[in-house]
Amino acid sequence: MRHRSLLVLTTAVTAGALTLSACGSRDDSGNGGGDGNTTVVIGVDAPLTGKLSALGQGIKNSAELAMKTANKNKEVEGVTFKMVALDDVSQPGTGQQNANKIIDNDDAIAGIGPLNSNVAPPMQKAFDNAGMALVSPANTAPELTQGKDWRTGDLKRPFDTYFRTSTTDAIQGPYAAQYMYEEKKLKKVFVIDDKKTYGAGLAGTFKEAFEKLGGEIVGTDHVNPDDTDFSAIATKVSNSDAEFVYYGGEYPAGAPLSDQIKKAGAKIPVVGGDALYSGEYIKLAKDNSEGDFASSVGAPLETLDTAKQFMKDYEAAGYDTPYEAYGGYSYDSAWAVIQAVKAVVEDNDGKLPEDMKEARAAVVKALQDVSFEGVSGKVAFDEYGDTTNKQLSLYEVKDGAHEPVATGEYKG
Amino acid sequence: MHDLPQQLANGLILGAMYGLIAIGYTMVYGIVQLINFAHGEIFMIGGFGALTAWLLLPDGTSLLLALPLMLLMAMASSVLVGVGAERFAYRPLRGAPRLAPLITAIGLSIALQQAIWAFYPDATKARPFPRFSGGSIDVGPFSVQRGEIFLIIAAPVCMVALGLFVSKTRTGRAMQATSQDPDTAKLMGINTDRIIVTAFAIGAAFAAIASIAHGLKYGQVDFKMGFIAGLKAFTAAVLGGIGNIYGAMIGGLVLGLTEAMAIAYIENVPGMELFGGGAWKDVWAFVVLILVLLLRPQGLLGERVTDRA
Repeated sequence: MRHRSLLVLTTAVTAGALTLSACGSRDDSGNGGGDGNTTVVIGVDAPLTGKLSALGQGIKNSAELAMKTANKNKEVEGVTFKMVALDDVSQPGTGQQNANKIIDNDDAIAGIGPLNSNVAPPMQKAFDNAGMALVSPANTAPELTQGKDWRTGDLKRPFDTYFRTSTTDAIQGPYAAQYMYEEKKLKKVFVIDDKKTYGAGLAGTFKEAFEKLGGEIVGTDHVNPDDTDFSAIATKVSNSDAEFVYYGGEYPAGAPLSDQIKKAGAKIPVVGGDALYSGEYIKLAKDNSEGDFASSVGAPLETLDTAKQFMKDYEAAGYDTPYEAYGGYSYDSAWAVIQAVKAVVEDNDGKLPEDMKEARAAVVKALQDVSFEGVSGKVAFDEYGDTTNKQLSLYEVKDGAHEPVATGEYKG
Repeated sequence: MHDLPQQLANGLILGAMYGLIAIGYTMVYGIVQLINFAHGEIFMIGGFGALTAWLLLPDGTSLLLALPLMLLMAMASSVLVGVGAERFAYRPLRGAPRLAPLITAIGLSIALQQAIWAFYPDATKARPFPRFSGGSIDVGPFSVQRGEIFLIIAAPVCMVALGLFVSKTRTGRAMQATSQDPDTAKLMGINTDRIIVTAFAIGAAFAAIASIAHGLKYGQVDFKMGFIAGLKAFTAAVLGGIGNIYGAMIGGLVLGLTEAMAIAYIENVPGMELFGGGAWKDVWAFVVLILVLLLRPQGLLGERVTDRA
């Protein structure tokens, strides 16, 4: 029975492999050069390929745009910025390798990224060990800056070198809960999440706030982020008396989920966080995305004067992919690093410290005090490394595009 | 439990798709005892073949008219890759130890995935697939999506056709003979090389049909879709008794039903609230697989065979 045991063994291995869908690839590209005395590298880590690449490409392009702008305007006298972009395919392991790659680069001064909240922890650790700053334009999981006990109000910053320009799920979930309950008068919700750091966290903060408001959770379920078949869950939703669905997760699974819920006969909106706020969501769910909501961090770029220049420059740069949900935040992250470098150079007689280790540490310190008018509004960091800008917006899909329906700060 | 009919339908439809893909695993295993792990990617390439056909047609073509052409293109690309894999990757290893072709298959699977990722335009993210417009159709207690009708018709038709082919035609009987004893079959004048190629081709064609069903049902294809689908289909093949074509379909249906039932009802069982829902469906699918293998190591319809020397 040798064959049979080989077969059983293979089956067992397959069962294990189901949970480990790893697939690595890299895309190194560095451009943004110019002429200056010192060239410093800013590493960018984001999913440049794979299902979330639409968001990742927007992050990469926008960060590059910030560096090009700084080089053109000689923002920091004597310093030229160069981008090294690495692809993490949304895998924590790959993110960690990329972090080490950036740290090992002797010209690298700081890092931008990642997109995914679950990719952040290993990168935070690596950057912290190296005493180097990491600024994320997109991580929204509260524990990344406020420590694992943030729910109980016991806030403790785990890494002094980590900053972010996006707001957190601690207010994003409640913001959507408040809007749906108070403005839309919808009281019954079915909550689904994808079990990832971001999705489960977002669904958790939403649930808590919605129940506090007096809403009723009529059902909960979980999906695998790599699945495409949600018909059984969709039937469950349509047989519950839910008035809307809250999905904590990203658009690759969120779009087919919304599509299949509508097809199963439940003509109710699907509401989610910033990872559903992508043009790809509408492309994948087509007409069935009409009426769905997505919250996103910050005010809509289209309404901000500060963002007009960014949008114009982005278009002029001729990128073949849009800046997407995080473009503005990525630009601001890169600009924050550039401003920090500027402060360091000014304090050090017009040049960067010779020793890269010293320069990196100085940039971390300078980042804490950075303050400027960015694309997304005022950019500055509080004592946890979070942005002081707590603006949030809610978008509804109307005629195949996300239209802003509400914007403001969340007040408990 | 009032949604039971609908959940059964969901499970059967999902299972039928697993079953169609599982045919490829089971036929190849039945004849050359090779687990063709690249089969999931052959399925995925069929999806991209169909998408290519759709993109080549002028805008505004009716999907119903385009479907035959998409089917043809999907089958052509899948069969080409499947037969190519046999000719260039597996045939040179025919006499090699069993693990060599297995590892080759895994390598081929990664290579094919990366090839689509790198060379198919815009395939680094999910590409939208055309879909039928209009709402669902209610048949008694079931509601059926327009995109699923293709699968509901295709799966039984394919199974009946394959059953007739294997039992009634000369080539089909030659396949049975080769699977029972390739050496004796060769002595009887059967061109076993040709039979092996036929098995790969039929498996690939079925995967292509499944890929169109997948595209129509979910409205997207992406370069990684073969991985999960392939693993599920392989599981279905083992569950049903690998080497048996009806077993592959039955295994697929059992697997699909298990997943749907696990999502819908496990959490209603007292004390099992934590183990239900979408998060646990794969666990339950494998629990069923392990139970079946414990009680019937040869799978549901598999025959107990003694190992060939």
